[in-house]
Amino acid sequence: MPGLGASFGRGGATNFLEDLANSDCIVIEGSNMAECHPVGFQWVTEAKARGAKVIHIDPRFTRTSAIADLHVPLRIGTDIAFLGGLIRYVLDNELYFADYVTAYTNAAALVGEEFVDAEDLDGLFSGFDPANNVYDETSWQYEFEEAPESGADDPAEAAEQERSEQDPAVKKSDRAQAAGSGGPPIPAKPKRDETLQHPRSVFQILKRHFDRYTPEMVSEVCGIEPEVFEQVAAWVTSNSGRDRTTAWVYSVGWTQHSVGAQYIRTCSILQTLLGNIGRPGGGILALRGHASIQGSTDVPTLFNLLPGYLPMPHAHQHHDLEEYVADAAGKAGFWGNKPAYMTSLLKAWWGEAATAENDYAFDYLPRINGDHSSYRTITDMIKGKVSGYFLVGENPTVGHPNSRMNRFGLANLDWLVVRDLQMIESATFWKEGPEIETGEMSPETIGTEVFFVPAATHVEKEGTFTQTQRVLQWRHKAVEPPNDARSDLWFFFHLGRILRDRLKDSTDPRDRPLLDLTWDYPVEGETADPSADAVLREINGFGPDGELLNSYMQMRDDGSTSGGCWIYTGVYADGVNQAARRKPAKEQGAVASEWGWAWPLNRRMLYNRASADPDGKPWSERKKYVWWDEDAGEWTGLDVPDFEKTKRPDYVPPDGARAQDALAGNDPFVMQGDGKAWLFAPAGVVDGPLPTHYEPAESVVENGLYKQQANPTLEIIEGPWNRANPSRSDVFPFAVTTYRLTEHHTAGGMSRTLPYLAELQPEFFVEVSPELAELRGLTHNDYATLVSARTAVEAKVLVTERVRPIRLRDGTVVHQIGMPYHWSYTGISTGDAANDLLGIVMDPNTHIQESKVSTCDIRPGRRPRGPELLEFVEAYRRRAGVDSGRVGVNGRDPVDVAAGEGSAL
Amino acid sequence: MTSISSASPGLSQNDPKNRLFGPLPDVSAEAGYVEEHPKRVGFFTDTSVCIGCKACEVACKEWNTLPMDDADGKRDAIGMSGMSYDNTGMLGANSWRHVAFIEQTRVVDLPMPAVGLPGAKNRPDVPQLGAPDTGDVDTTAKAQASVLNAEALAEFDPQTGQTGADKQIRWLMSSDVCKHCTHAGCLDVCPTGALFRTEFGTVVVQQDICNGCGYCVPSCPYGVIDQRKDDGRVFKCTMCYDRLTDGLQPACATACPTQSIQFGDLDELQARADARLATLQEQGVETARLYGRDEDDGVGGAGAFFLLLDEPEVYGLPPDPVVTTRDLPAMWKAAATGAAMMVGVALSAVLGSRRR
Amino acid sequence: MKTWLDAWPVYRQLTGTDPLGRGKAARSKATDATVSRTATADKVVKSVCPYCAVGCAQNVYVKDEAIVQIEGDPDSPINRGRLCPKGSASKQLVTSPSRVTTVKYRRPYATDWEDLDLDTAMEMIADRVLEARNKGWQDEDGGERVNRTMGIASLGGATLDNEENYLMKKLYSALGAIQIENQARI
Repeated sequence: MPGLGASFGRGGATNFLEDLANSDCIVIEGSNMAECHPVGFQWVTEAKARGAKVIHIDPRFTRTSAIADLHVPLRIGTDIAFLGGLIRYVLDNELYFADYVTAYTNAAALVGEEFVDAEDLDGLFSGFDPANNVYDETSWQYEFEEAPESGADDPAEAAEQERSEQDPAVKKSDRAQAAGSGGPPIPAKPKRDETLQHPRSVFQILKRHFDRYTPEMVSEVCGIEPEVFEQVAAWVTSNSGRDRTTAWVYSVGWTQHSVGAQYIRTCSILQTLLGNIGRPGGGILALRGHASIQGSTDVPTLFNLLPGYLPMPHAHQHHDLEEYVADAAGKAGFWGNKPAYMTSLLKAWWGEAATAENDYAFDYLPRINGDHSSYRTITDMIKGKVSGYFLVGENPTVGHPNSRMNRFGLANLDWLVVRDLQMIESATFWKEGPEIETGEMSPETIGTEVFFVPAATHVEKEGTFTQTQRVLQWRHKAVEPPNDARSDLWFFFHLGRILRDRLKDSTDPRDRPLLDLTWDYPVEGETADPSADAVLREINGFGPDGELLNSYMQMRDDGSTSGGCWIYTGVYADGVNQAARRKPAKEQGAVASEWGWAWPLNRRMLYNRASADPDGKPWSERKKYVWWDEDAGEWTGLDVPDFEKTKRPDYVPPDGARAQDALAGNDPFVMQGDGKAWLFAPAGVVDGPLPTHYEPAESVVENGLYKQQANPTLEIIEGPWNRANPSRSDVFPFAVTTYRLTEHHTAGGMSRTLPYLAELQPEFFVEVSPELAELRGLTHNDYATLVSARTAVEAKVLVTERVRPIRLRDGTVVHQIGMPYHWSYTGISTGDAANDLLGIVMDPNTHIQESKVSTCDIRPGRRPRGPELLEFVEAYRRRAGVDSGRVGVNGRDPVDVAAGEGSAL
Repeated sequence: MTSISSASPGLSQNDPKNRLFGPLPDVSAEAGYVEEHPKRVGFFTDTSVCIGCKACEVACKEWNTLPMDDADGKRDAIGMSGMSYDNTGMLGANSWRHVAFIEQTRVVDLPMPAVGLPGAKNRPDVPQLGAPDTGDVDTTAKAQASVLNAEALAEFDPQTGQTGADKQIRWLMSSDVCKHCTHAGCLDVCPTGALFRTEFGTVVVQQDICNGCGYCVPSCPYGVIDQRKDDGRVFKCTMCYDRLTDGLQPACATACPTQSIQFGDLDELQARADARLATLQEQGVETARLYGRDEDDGVGGAGAFFLLLDEPEVYGLPPDPVVTTRDLPAMWKAAATGAAMMVGVALSAVLGSRRR
Repeated sequence: MKTWLDAWPVYRQLTGTDPLGRGKAARSKATDATVSRTATADKVVKSVCPYCAVGCAQNVYVKDEAIVQIEGDPDSPINRGRLCPKGSASKQLVTSPSRVTTVKYRRPYATDWEDLDLDTAMEMIADRVLEARNKGWQDEDGGERVNRTMGIASLGGATLDNEENYLMKKLYSALGAIQIENQARI
């Protein structure tokens, strides 16, 4: 998550679940932890049993709220206003942890003179380019203490890299996400004013920026009483400091917004001011929603990343390896070793063929030059630009917003491979999708060739998942998969084997990357299953003598080492599969370091150097965790120190020091270029160095803070299949939010098909307040139809006082509808797909869509069937002044179809 | 040779050993396990920490391979109940655990307890860091640690009056199960010996014996035991008798994420529950109570008992369950008296006629 | 004589310690033979729940090469043996009757599935990958070298193993495919 990455240097959750038991106060916001992570929630109940306060901040009263001490029902999409209010409260009442803030954050850093805050530009920061809707971040930079780039191996090239970073085409390619394990590169360390009084110090800028986030403003924007806000503020601040810590827990309730990364930034600023980062019972816990979603970004199948958060090479920026590493090489922090990490990756992939002479085969890598994220790709599919698609355990025609648009995409492919356990909707759209009934598609018009290739379950294959707090756990294989079912490892290994065999005589240079690829994994058994263990060893990496590496610190940029994902180096330390360790919890200490293995280097709590004061002593006896042992001359404690073990707390970098040697003994944020937590982000967040409250893209309310209504840089996809509801429209007067239930899993392929889960939540339903039910004549347990500019869906109505309308100060009443999104037409439990209702607008940092808030209308009864549905929705569009949503055959643009374009078919 | 009489000894007298009613210190011995037998085990379901996840329902069905409620595979047969998040409805032949969801809104104070178990601080499986908490920043806050929403909802209006000035929401969740009564009506009326008491003190149906007569169904004061439609036999919670024989806990207690369902020796659970109740009452949760804990109640105390936050009726539980066979000895006595009276009437008739 | 008489419940009831016949005397043969399937399993395999990201450790009980039970691993410091309803249902992922375990193939414009042999499917997919790769190949875009194909895209779920993600990214990159995405974006 860029929000965490730009603040602290790594995108992962800072603390681990079990550590919640040590919290004095836990705030769950943007997460329904009891429902979505029930087993993790035991650590919240544990903390509560020890006397901790539990606060749940959420528009809905959920099963989490049910056992919280306080539920704060804020209006959907107003978390920045709420958290901003807390920041102001902390600054105003001088409740921040002063010693921590001065020593460990960039509060004292000076920002350049060109910077103009959003306070002074009515919601925009300096550097906005309205033509491209992007910011040039140059004016957000620090005032440097040394010449910019002077610390780099190649200052001129590094400067060029910095400049090209502001190119819109580079901006659009999600560079922020590359801060997953290493903060954004900065040209040099900043000048500092340790008194925090300089008007251009981060601290003073912060004070001015949040000055208007008063309790009254919070009350007005969020729709809660000032007293509720005061209560949260009192509990949080009285449970933070030297002797006490507060933890914040979030999930997709924060990320799935058009300002999602900034939600997390706001929390990061608050938690940093309170001194809660890197300390037991504190931190920010990002709760991921899938078994290996952390792993899927660490070892990414993402367009913009290579393993270990190395960015995909960009066509404009990275013509060769030297350019690729210039922005980081040699500079302060662990990114200073980027050449070693990248060279080791290239050696892992291309082995002998990667040599110093050919730039270690750097040119074998394809280049990106824009946004190639999944929603952009769907658009390209509808336009016939994409031939083939692999869906590997994913069901986008249910689980992704604007599912209808996703189905149109699939209908315009040449071929589609679906790998799954069940016959999911994404494999059957061509004969059972809702558009068959409306007449927009039919099997006879869909030329997509579909291969359903059955997959293996989690117990039918071996390998590692990386759970939400970066812990890798190895699964052993229990049984063989049945019939043709195979692991995805099997599928991609053998596909690669066949492809290489086909091309073995090719002389086309285009095929060299494939033919030179290291692809000789040992296979076993009747089905020739490739060894996941061998793959994990390759990911870990090898030294010059063929020994498995113990640490990424051993990686070199001279081609003598290899390693497929540098942050995972150490998972095979000492030649042992550390992820398979299962020493019972009762036989080890509270941190349980010998259960599985966490990146980096088995550190369970990130930035834990900050649990000690600048001199290396614990801040308090009660919160001791990692400290400096003067006699032993090393850092020690309950966890693996997230710091160089023998770097003294009083170490001051000598002039000209490089990489980690340029960080001082009191710089706990070792992945940042200046070793500090960033209250102000001079780089790395594309929509502002500080968070500002914007209304969601679709909102029923005007932005009460700035003229700028929504995020100025939000990403929009235009097309007849993705029409937007106008904000503050009488036609779409209600806010709607989507979520999961305990009883189901995401798009339902793993739950609607299982009898014991299906019967527990058997039907698609929406939750509405008694007031809205009365207003719209909705009947409990009967059907209602929800309408947006995309389409209409029907659901059963659950009238409940757990959903409440909010009256704002100006008398506006905001009605909010809750809509779980698990259903579609297959399985034991069925219903319309909630995601059909949603459009796609995205956070510019992450290209994550704003699923958590949009607008709609609701009316009693079932929706129209067949072609009548199209006219029904089109009439809504007309009334709302929205362009037509009519599409041509299989969703193609009617104009393109008329002109003979559209699918290549 | 043992003499055989037409009435069992238990029924031929006034039940002085409390075989049918009242406290019974050792149910297993009473059921014939006189030699070394395991201690009576049970469930303590602490509803104040239940998060309504229904793991108990699923883990139970998985272990006991119960059919889903729509056993015929008819899709339309399952549907939303409209009762909050409860789509199970009630305990039955196919659902041996049932989580009730009760949504309450009131204008009065609705206290909610702190989560957790008494003595959690000293439990060996709970990691402890640093020194104990000596900080006492906020005594009022501490007193309110236990109160759900009360602060926000009682003292001022959280929603600017849309739904009433001081409305509080409380969402109660509770996992119900067979009570494994000390005096089990189902067991007492079973004519085939299908229902029996195990060495663990639990009450279990033996499926190889049950003939589906259904006498037990109306005899349960809680309406737990139920016949499976396509099968005829009765089914209910066995407290995972098979798992107990392997030294494991029942499936539901094993899965329960928050330890709302606790399994163990009944006396230990009772002590734990008493301590928990005391803690809650200390915290001002006056409506908290134990249900099924009292061995002087109508079933002689339950092997599965509960900590509730409101009246039992709120959770769909009978407020004062009484074992249906409580009056059996009295009935025998009454029957005997009746018979004697009839004899008396006949005699007096005869004698009376003689007088004439 | 004694043996059959012993087996007669009424005899046991009247002569034993259970005069009411509600306990020991009522035990059936099946009850006496009760055994937990955890006790008879051939092996217990260590695994991890595939649903959310908490990472609950599971014990998988296997008997005769079939899974007979999945429950939480009490040794785990993360879940301490507990599972949610989904984790508790995870055996059904394996044994679900609606699970599809053979290849299904839909021809362009066809109205129904056909069966297909796995090896044939793999060869057919390989053909199509090469064709799509060529069709969407770009040496340059906007005047700059990109060395890639826009003809192939991929979307993975976040229940993929790290090793699987790794091989996918490696293979796709070597093919020049860049539109590689994952649920992690969502």
